Amino acid sequence: MSVTKPLPHDAAALHVTGKARYIDDIPVPPGCLHLAFGLSEIAAGHIAGIDLSDVRSAPGVVGVWQAADLPSDCDCSPSLHDEPLLSDGTLHYVGQPVFLVAATSHLAARKAVGRAKITYEAREPVFSVDAALAADTRFEEGPRIWEKGDAAQALEAAPNVIEGSLEMGGQEHFYLEGQAALALAQENGDLLVHSSTQHPTEIQHKVAHALHLPMHAVRVETRRMGGGFGGKESQGNALAIACAVVASATGRPAKMRYDRDDDMVITGKRHDFRIDYSAGFDDEGKLLAVDFVQYARCGWAQDLSIPVADRAMLHADNAYDIPALRVESHRLKTNTQSATAYRGFGGPQGMLGIERVLDHVAHALGRDPLEVRRANYYADYDDTRPGLDPGPPPQPPATLPDESGDTDLTSRGAPGPVGHAPAAPAGVQTTHYGQPVEDFILNALTEKLAESCGYAERRARVAQWNEETPLLKRGLALTPVKFGISFTLTHLNQAGALVHVYQDGSVAMNHGGTEMGQGLFQKVAQVAAARFGIPLDMVRITATDTAKVPNTSATAASSGSDLNGMAVQVACDTIRDRMAEHLAGLYQADAAEVLFADGYVHVGEATLSFAEVAKLCYEGRVSLSSTGFYKTPKVEWDRIRGQGRPFYYFAYGAACTEVVLDTLTGEYRILRTDILHDAGSSLNPALDIGQIEGGYVQGAGWLTTEELVWDDNGRLRTHAPSTYKIPACSDRPEIFNVALWDGRNVEETVYRSKAVGEPPFMLGISAFLALSDAIGACGEAYPALDAPATPERVLMAIRKVQDGV
Amino acid sequence: MDISFLLNGERVELRGVSPTRTALDWLREERGLTGTKEGCNEGDCGACTVMVSDARGSRAVNACILFLPQLHGKALRTVEGLAGPGGEMHPVQEAMVTHHGSQCGFCTPGFVVSMANAHLKGDTGYDDALAGNLCRCTGYAPIIRAAEAAAEVPVPGWMDEGALPEVAGSVSSRDMTAHVPDSVDELAELAARHPNATLVAGATDVGLWVTKQLRDLPEVIFLNRCLDIQEIEVTDDAIRIGAGVTMDRVLDLMREYFPSYAEMLRRYGSGQVRAAATIGGNIANGSPIGDNPPVLIALGARLHLRYRDTRREMALEHFFLDYGKQDRYPGEFVETIEIPRQPDRLRVYKLSKRFDQDISAVCGAFNIQVEDGTVTEARIAFGGMAGIPKRAEAVEAALVGKPWNDEAVVAAWDGWEADFQPMSDMRASSEYRLLAARNMLTRYLLEDLGAATNVREVRP
Repeated sequence: MSVTKPLPHDAAALHVTGKARYIDDIPVPPGCLHLAFGLSEIAAGHIAGIDLSDVRSAPGVVGVWQAADLPSDCDCSPSLHDEPLLSDGTLHYVGQPVFLVAATSHLAARKAVGRAKITYEAREPVFSVDAALAADTRFEEGPRIWEKGDAAQALEAAPNVIEGSLEMGGQEHFYLEGQAALALAQENGDLLVHSSTQHPTEIQHKVAHALHLPMHAVRVETRRMGGGFGGKESQGNALAIACAVVASATGRPAKMRYDRDDDMVITGKRHDFRIDYSAGFDDEGKLLAVDFVQYARCGWAQDLSIPVADRAMLHADNAYDIPALRVESHRLKTNTQSATAYRGFGGPQGMLGIERVLDHVAHALGRDPLEVRRANYYADYDDTRPGLDPGPPPQPPATLPDESGDTDLTSRGAPGPVGHAPAAPAGVQTTHYGQPVEDFILNALTEKLAESCGYAERRARVAQWNEETPLLKRGLALTPVKFGISFTLTHLNQAGALVHVYQDGSVAMNHGGTEMGQGLFQKVAQVAAARFGIPLDMVRITATDTAKVPNTSATAASSGSDLNGMAVQVACDTIRDRMAEHLAGLYQADAAEVLFADGYVHVGEATLSFAEVAKLCYEGRVSLSSTGFYKTPKVEWDRIRGQGRPFYYFAYGAACTEVVLDTLTGEYRILRTDILHDAGSSLNPALDIGQIEGGYVQGAGWLTTEELVWDDNGRLRTHAPSTYKIPACSDRPEIFNVALWDGRNVEETVYRSKAVGEPPFMLGISAFLALSDAIGACGEAYPALDAPATPERVLMAIRKVQDGV
Repeated sequence: MDISFLLNGERVELRGVSPTRTALDWLREERGLTGTKEGCNEGDCGACTVMVSDARGSRAVNACILFLPQLHGKALRTVEGLAGPGGEMHPVQEAMVTHHGSQCGFCTPGFVVSMANAHLKGDTGYDDALAGNLCRCTGYAPIIRAAEAAAEVPVPGWMDEGALPEVAGSVSSRDMTAHVPDSVDELAELAARHPNATLVAGATDVGLWVTKQLRDLPEVIFLNRCLDIQEIEVTDDAIRIGAGVTMDRVLDLMREYFPSYAEMLRRYGSGQVRAAATIGGNIANGSPIGDNPPVLIALGARLHLRYRDTRREMALEHFFLDYGKQDRYPGEFVETIEIPRQPDRLRVYKLSKRFDQDISAVCGAFNIQVEDGTVTEARIAFGGMAGIPKRAEAVEAALVGKPWNDEAVVAAWDGWEADFQPMSDMRASSEYRLLAARNMLTRYLLEDLGAATNVREVRP
């Protein structure tokens, strides 16, 4: 069967030969216009005067647009309608688009932009967490607070208490293919938009809204992205809208791609956070209470910050059963890029908070951090336990979403209905938001990893080596991941698919998910091939297209294969059942006993090729096309109270990282990493391991070399790969062992697999805490390392530890 | 101007090309060869990597900062040209598929070209060969597995470029804005006659003036055909390096004479950048964070400048007058760098956020002579610590005559602040720069005494 096979990415041969097409590679009809934005040079204030005459007269320029020239405000926001395509005169950050140029070449458009003369009336910008708190600039009316137990009281009563604060930086996505879109005007005012987006439906919605068109007049196609990582969930809206506006106004094809520096200056990144914590614990290191205050810098517009900050709260427990846990979350508005989705979507930030606490507790008690972690784990899933009460049937929503038409209902930033959330039955371990933890496996998984990586022996060896080596220090850390799978905006947990079987038996398949390198198309094709019992090369995966599958959710939240795999499975089964029924009639057999396997169909005594069956069905006037639809069961969530079951299940993993650092300069290397990760019953182990290796390195990059630096005027100084350093080839661990946990999802996901896009990212936390461990070997004090742990931060932390501060 | 080169084995003749048209834009926009990608347009990501071959052999370079005239008389091979005549995949392409080396696929063509170049040369140092190719998806592990697997397969015959196009004499240049001299004498005359012309050797810096600063360069002189400025001469008293020698060759040279310099150069730029960038360019552009000048100053290098037939020489540190200001007259150019032969006491410490392909926050070069346990001479120079590459004169003075132990480090303590008041920027704070520079002297001492000081030498 094609599922579970470690097959290459469906486009691998196209990738390596340079034949895979990205937006900028699509041949365009003659006369294509190329667009560029002129950007704000100040962080806050107004445009006092603007003279674009030299821009208009620049060589190759065909048109220039300011806000007033647009057909509408052309809002780009996925949530609050607070992102006009071009500034309405008010400026919110350095890099905000102010005007739009269309020219005959990409270079001409970029050159023309530089000829603008803009004067500004600046006002005092808000950059830092403290400044935002002082000015009370925030999204939502005040902090969101969720609590399990009474943390204040439990902290009061705890025999030991630690307090601390952790700062963690944001992260630039650095998708290798920058943002790009191409719009082609069609007859009757319709538009075809090619967009490098994780969310074609949102592009469709935003373009339709901008041009006052019904959604059916806009078709969006996405074959692939050159990387997304969350950065193309909402950040492509502006380019697609701009292209649509120009194509619509001129009738000419319009293409826009950001130069890398513009991309980094204009678009949002991962939210940086400060997390303050107090933790109470007993003498064994068992947590009694934890109080977190999370401060997220959201930037100038709301974008997806609310669900990001929610997910940070939702991962404040990570793998630990904490009797009293309070999380207070501030979503602060600052004059910087509007922070957006990034792999993990707040989960990594929340998780790093609690992992820091566990590390700090272990240090305070002088115990091995892994021992303290394990003492606090939830209990493992026990499959002998009786099933849980499924709870009451779903209720209609108490409040309905905004129906003004401005909001893209398929966005994670959409206001959702207030969900009903039945309380978990008594006696069941639950998270701080009341979700039963029924599938926990980390006790066994950690045991297995600790053994396979030789944790105990290496812990002793590291200690001895550190004794003997004055200038260099090694560090070791093993950290777990428990990551919630589902969109927290419950209604997004749905997907559609469209499957056609042609008369020659070849299959074309389409679904709402987008391909950004994760191998979704291949996994889903493997599902389709398995349902029909045909070889994979009989299945063709076609570009994601809003005309084929409507109202899709973003390919995000790791949900791609869970949702779309199931939707395709449903569509295939519908066709297969029709085929079986028709054959059963022809051969006087039982439809339930018609078998589709190995490219053949067995009915009664007869064996036919799948192609013959397709032909027979066509001639028998059987429909060989079907949609498929899937919605995730069991999820119900009240985000205001912080109660319910936002996640269908959890994905798990653990990583052990060893590092060495130089106490004179703070330079360091990752020496070895061992990972054991839970992908359920993997649909494709090769692709899943690829996600794990890549996720780990990207996560480690976030916490080590990837540093975003803004100057005092709010200008991003790290706006190109020359200054913003993602991991390079030699930064991967010298020894890098990755294995899949052998187990199936207890929930009924597609072939019992588990989502794997985001969870491995957080395995990178082990690299950060290994550095902290190595710094700890330099003295008595707790390192209290902030992220990213650049050599500079590492050296400064070493100095503090050496001074015993 | 008119130029000629091989593109994937086929001869191309171009007439009237703009001298600053990049190979990347030309490939994508005019030839429809869109396999070569634009990732950053500044030579840092490698998505645009192509192979360029000439009499010196092949090398991987970044097409985004490669001007078309630089290709004159050479062979250019893109990802589309790696497959065999029957469409069969190159072994590295095959291995990348089998070993799951691509995910989103956007960086992949650049990787494949870098890998094919390493494969051709039998180079198995993949961390270095691929340091100039960024991948955001895979974490690199499967790419390395693919490279290792492909190394077992012989180089396909079709990778032989055959005869390069014959290009006689000077490139015709109807517009008088670009010149392509064939000798250093011709260059000297042109530079004198066009004192405002921009001299372009590897274009790893000037390329960005065009692609990022969007500058028009009114007058350009390309140096890459002046073979007589690309010579290396090693005698009993000196190593003389022509200004046009590319950094990959300097790296090879220094492996023998100053291995610590070579180790720094291994991390300098990337394979693609070192194959294009020249030592003269790195000096002449006067950057305070260029990595060659501090090392060369510590080695007591002398710079030879030329204006027409007038030559003068100076200690390299005297060339750098102030931030952005060098002791070079209009029309004068750097001809040779001369390093006196000496016992190797050099250690170079390049400090950056990322080990490979990162611009230094601090680059320290130490050359301290010790006789009978006493410091007899010290030459210490830094990049990243001032507006110019600068010697640590107060530190040097404090060290000379001191016993070579921690007493010397202590004696030099106050010298550091006297020598340097570094700035804070996105690479490092002033405080860290000063602290790390100080600690580098400690590292030099302890390394001299045999202590383990290098994280790169620690094995798991």
